Amino acid sequence: MISLPFLAVMVIISIGLSAVIFRRNLVKIVMGTSIVASAINLFIVSLGYREGGVAPIFTGAPTLEMVLPTPQALTLTSIVIDLAVTAMMLSFAIIIYKHYGSLDSRKRRLRE
Amino acid sequence: MSFIVEHGPALAIAVPLMAAFATPLISRAGGRARNGVALLALLLTECILVLLFADVLSSGVRVYTMGATIPSLTSPVGYPIRIILEVDAMSALMALVSVTIALAVCIYSMRFMRSRDGMGYYYALLLMITVGMLGIVMTGDLFNMFVFLEILSISSGAIIAFYVNRGEASEAAFKYAVISAAGALMVLLAVCFLYGQYNLLNIGALAGVMQFTFLDKIALVLLVSAFALKCGAVPLHMWVSDAYSEAPAPISAALVVISQASLYALFRVCFTLFGAMPVIGVIGWFIIGLGVLSMFIGVTMAIPQHDIKRLMAYHAVSQTGYILLGLGVGLAVLGNAEAIGSFGIKAMEGAIFHMVNNALFKGLLFLTAGAIIYRTGTRDLNKLGGLAHAMPVTTCFFIIGMLSIAGLPPFNGFSSKILIYESVFMFSPVLSIIAILVSILTLASFVKVFQSAFLGPKRREYKDVKEVPVAMLIAMGILAFFIILFGLLPDLAVQWLIEPAAKALLSQLNYVGAIV
Repeated sequence: MISLPFLAVMVIISIGLSAVIFRRNLVKIVMGTSIVASAINLFIVSLGYREGGVAPIFTGAPTLEMVLPTPQALTLTSIVIDLAVTAMMLSFAIIIYKHYGSLDSRKRRLRE
Repeated sequence: MSFIVEHGPALAIAVPLMAAFATPLISRAGGRARNGVALLALLLTECILVLLFADVLSSGVRVYTMGATIPSLTSPVGYPIRIILEVDAMSALMALVSVTIALAVCIYSMRFMRSRDGMGYYYALLLMITVGMLGIVMTGDLFNMFVFLEILSISSGAIIAFYVNRGEASEAAFKYAVISAAGALMVLLAVCFLYGQYNLLNIGALAGVMQFTFLDKIALVLLVSAFALKCGAVPLHMWVSDAYSEAPAPISAALVVISQASLYALFRVCFTLFGAMPVIGVIGWFIIGLGVLSMFIGVTMAIPQHDIKRLMAYHAVSQTGYILLGLGVGLAVLGNAEAIGSFGIKAMEGAIFHMVNNALFKGLLFLTAGAIIYRTGTRDLNKLGGLAHAMPVTTCFFIIGMLSIAGLPPFNGFSSKILIYESVFMFSPVLSIIAILVSILTLASFVKVFQSAFLGPKRREYKDVKEVPVAMLIAMGILAFFIILFGLLPDLAVQWLIEPAAKALLSQLNYVGAIV
């Protein structure tokens, strides 16, 4: 059985990847990678979801049986990394725009 | 001493990490203090790693559990829950090579980088690159490997764009950043596939329980393609030429070892994580295909280039192909104990030895290219000429690097390439012939560089050119020393450095046994 969140994750990943591959605007490429990253975060969170589980917050938990918080830790780390990567790529896009006056990936100067 | 060895894996990552964040601050006290701190941190890391390597050779795999009261306590509740660093002979060897190159790059940068602004950040990023490389090679945890891969990508992306006043540098860095972000996200997706099935992130523990379901195979494909992308194998090599040629010259040398880190990850995933998979041979053939394509296309793209660093970048692609070829042959016969014993392990030793050698000679060549750029200010081979009159020592280093990359004795390129030729010949003669042919083309291409940059009469526009500063010569000398050492004593190098690494990769049970 394929559950709905996993299907949604796959759809979002394909949307993001197609933006990275087919879009010519540098900012849209950055958006594409960011969308893929969000989709994967969604994937980790939905992996960690347990029906009727107790959130792993020690002070507020009714019982000591709690969900293992690894997926949440992974998601947090991945969000932070995604923030750094996106910020760096956007700053490159700004510098490129300042130099060439365009964000079109076809108008670059590097030769092959 | 025993404290350092016991906490070695964590210390080796912590020392450059702390120094990385300290350098921008210390930079305010002056350039000398900053250079000193960066150099000291790398020297300290190198010492820790030498001790760690000696310990791993004598007493086997060393594990370090982050945050545990007893570092060797890996599975307190029956399965590993903390981040575990795991250092076997392969990890220790790659860590040692990475730090040695980083050290040479650091010494070289002290004189090469003439910019006054942002040098604190330059050294911070260089140290962060070292942290990323050490983390990837020493971690025993898949998610942690992703984190270090991203640390490596972010810091190397930022340092490629160091010359922000040139639009091309930002362009190359953007390309690199997009490629590595996409690659790293695929790694993360694969890690999630594995975690979702087995509730484990530790490589050793995962390898112990792996069932090789359909999802596992998808994860393997994602991991292999992401790491092949990061090491610049051929269908995905388009970022290599831009990133290597636009980065500051010492960083191009560091980028070579950055590619080695992803090659290490490829080795680790194929041999340790999926080593017991019955159809791993198919992946081996796939990697052989990538290797042959990279070798051949890399070198043919290099021949027409007239930008010296771009030319060397394509050669980096080509040399990566040799490593992938050796790795692929080892992987293709992994299930067959007899074939492994007769030539499989030799192919892997060749691949690992070539990883070490490639880091050395490719690093040296990029540093000599940097020396040319430092004195003449141009990268265009058509404008260069007659530099051997003014820069005799650099010329010598270039000749050493050139002969080594072309695989001529008595340099180290020969010793690793002969291992690859011999073992691959027993697997399939055609592949070996292609490898030899590529070597000849490599030599042809470098003879062209040598002739147009160094030979010929003195040119009027370069009459003020003189030898580069001593610090840069020392950095090149370190690499040249190891090139000649490994070239003259290849059997000792193989016996003490390479063979333990290849055996560590093949003995998957030791790696698993250290965890569970």
